[in-house]
Amino acid sequence: MAGYLLRRLIQAVLILLGVTFVTFFLLYVLPADPVRQIAGRSATPETVESIRKQLGLDQPFWIQYGRYLWGLLHLDLGRSYLQRSEVAELIWARLPPSLLLMAGAIVCELVLGLTMGIVAALRPGTATDNGLMIASFVGVSAPQFVVGLLLLYLFGVKLHWLPISGYGTFSHLILPSLTLGILGAGWYSRMMRSSMVEVLRQDFIRTARAKGLTRRRVILRHALPNAILPVVAMIGIDIGIFMGGIVVVESVFGWPGIGQLAWQAIQRVDIPIIMGVTLVSAVAIVLGNLLADLVAPFIDPRIRLR
Amino acid sequence: MADAALPEPRRRGALGRLARRPLALLGLLIIGLTVAAALAAPWIAPFGRDEQLFEGLTLEGAPMPPGGAFPLGTDLLGRDLLTRILYGARTSLVIGVVANGIALFIGTLVGVTAGYFRGWIGSILMRFTDLMMAFPALLLAIALAAIFSPSLWIVAMVIALVNWVQVARVLYTETTSLAERDFVQAERAIGAGTGRILGLHILPHLLPTIIVYGTLGISTTVLLEATLSFLGIGVQPPQPSWGNIIFENQTYFQAAPWLVFFPGMANLLLALAFNLVGDALRDVLDPTQRGRG
Repeated sequence: MAGYLLRRLIQAVLILLGVTFVTFFLLYVLPADPVRQIAGRSATPETVESIRKQLGLDQPFWIQYGRYLWGLLHLDLGRSYLQRSEVAELIWARLPPSLLLMAGAIVCELVLGLTMGIVAALRPGTATDNGLMIASFVGVSAPQFVVGLLLLYLFGVKLHWLPISGYGTFSHLILPSLTLGILGAGWYSRMMRSSMVEVLRQDFIRTARAKGLTRRRVILRHALPNAILPVVAMIGIDIGIFMGGIVVVESVFGWPGIGQLAWQAIQRVDIPIIMGVTLVSAVAIVLGNLLADLVAPFIDPRIRLR
Repeated sequence: MADAALPEPRRRGALGRLARRPLALLGLLIIGLTVAAALAAPWIAPFGRDEQLFEGLTLEGAPMPPGGAFPLGTDLLGRDLLTRILYGARTSLVIGVVANGIALFIGTLVGVTAGYFRGWIGSILMRFTDLMMAFPALLLAIALAAIFSPSLWIVAMVIALVNWVQVARVLYTETTSLAERDFVQAERAIGAGTGRILGLHILPHLLPTIIVYGTLGISTTVLLEATLSFLGIGVQPPQPSWGNIIFENQTYFQAAPWLVFFPGMANLLLALAFNLVGDALRDVLDPTQRGRG
């Protein structure tokens, strides 16, 4: 176990190193000049050059990348070009809203997805089952910005039940979480359904029925715990999907998280922030996947870590 | 050439099984209608693509709600929304086919090369694939699309660049197991060349997987294009895309929700259709499922 963990952690560090390299390289070769953005349109060529020098952007690629890595070693993500502060501080300040939003989305997708999956699995082949599975397909096929705007229109503009945008109270959290969670709800309901159908076929369920337990008890005590665990273990993998989704959802709802920070930085070619957010997202994705792999053997002892 | 005729009935069998699934048929119907709308747009659209109509705005200059001469209403510039949605189908389909085609090509190339040759080439390719898996795909696509000056082809390239990874992973796993199988080993033993083994024995076996991922991938691609266009970094107006129609009219959508609803629904239906067909194809083509039902 310790050896496995060590190997996976080394692998994770290498992957993250690769992510920094690819991102840095792309931002270096692509035709976006951050200096133009900083200097403004009316700047003289001399001003442009002096800013370039000041930021170290006149240096060759390897020196720039080396400096970035050196900073990373000291947990320094660099300074934003346009906002006068440290990237790490900017991200740190924006992290709580995004984590809150993701937590909300996880609750939404689990509640919706698991319920739909369980109900469908208990009535296989019926109209309920078919209806729920079509709904799950709609969930994975709906563009997030459309879902967001329509929810916002219905519950915010028409019904006045929930605030249109902003951050701070529980009611602000509902619509963005739902929007971010609908995609996952679609996946979870399909996975939950097949997991439950699979478990219901097992011998121990037949035994439980044969010894005269009520249907309710068989389902709640024997089938559900076995069927739910492998599905819930996938949560780690959601993180990667969320990291993209929050850019869209935070932009629709004016949610002050790292998605919005990233989107603003991308529009202004604020490279240190883009690098920082990409790296933080990659860390989250790698850790999420690791988590999903680590919990698997605890849930199903037949799975061995290799 | 007796064995050349063999796959034919089997393929018909797959199509026949596909035709018995109502959801797959619904999906095919939606795809068929969208393709027809895209091809026939110049003839069936009530107005010109970018035509700004005087009657298309109210006296106060607001867009017209659905009804009368404008079945789906008009947009902020007084253009007919139905017309723009019909032309928007072209954008979605072109991107869906081109971007997804490139992604499939890269994914197949990487997956099959890594899976068949293994060794250091395979390791490098698969480590790179692992690395791409750690990238937040949408974030990467947004950053790339924003930095390039956006156009239809840039959008297609960006989508292909982030979407090939999954195909590569799946085909890698399948190719490694195929390469170990007896019939491939036997071919190799009698001295068949790499090209012959790959072309005649490996690729045909991968075809069902490629078809399934190709179909499901179009759904992802269509949604990604709409998302990029919604953020204003995808396909650029006046060329309509279901995403940029919403982008252009977003400021006004509280008063004119149809400007979000109709293009949004078009987008959802097309993505749904490819998901339904892809899912049915998976069941029908998957060799492990064959003979079970």
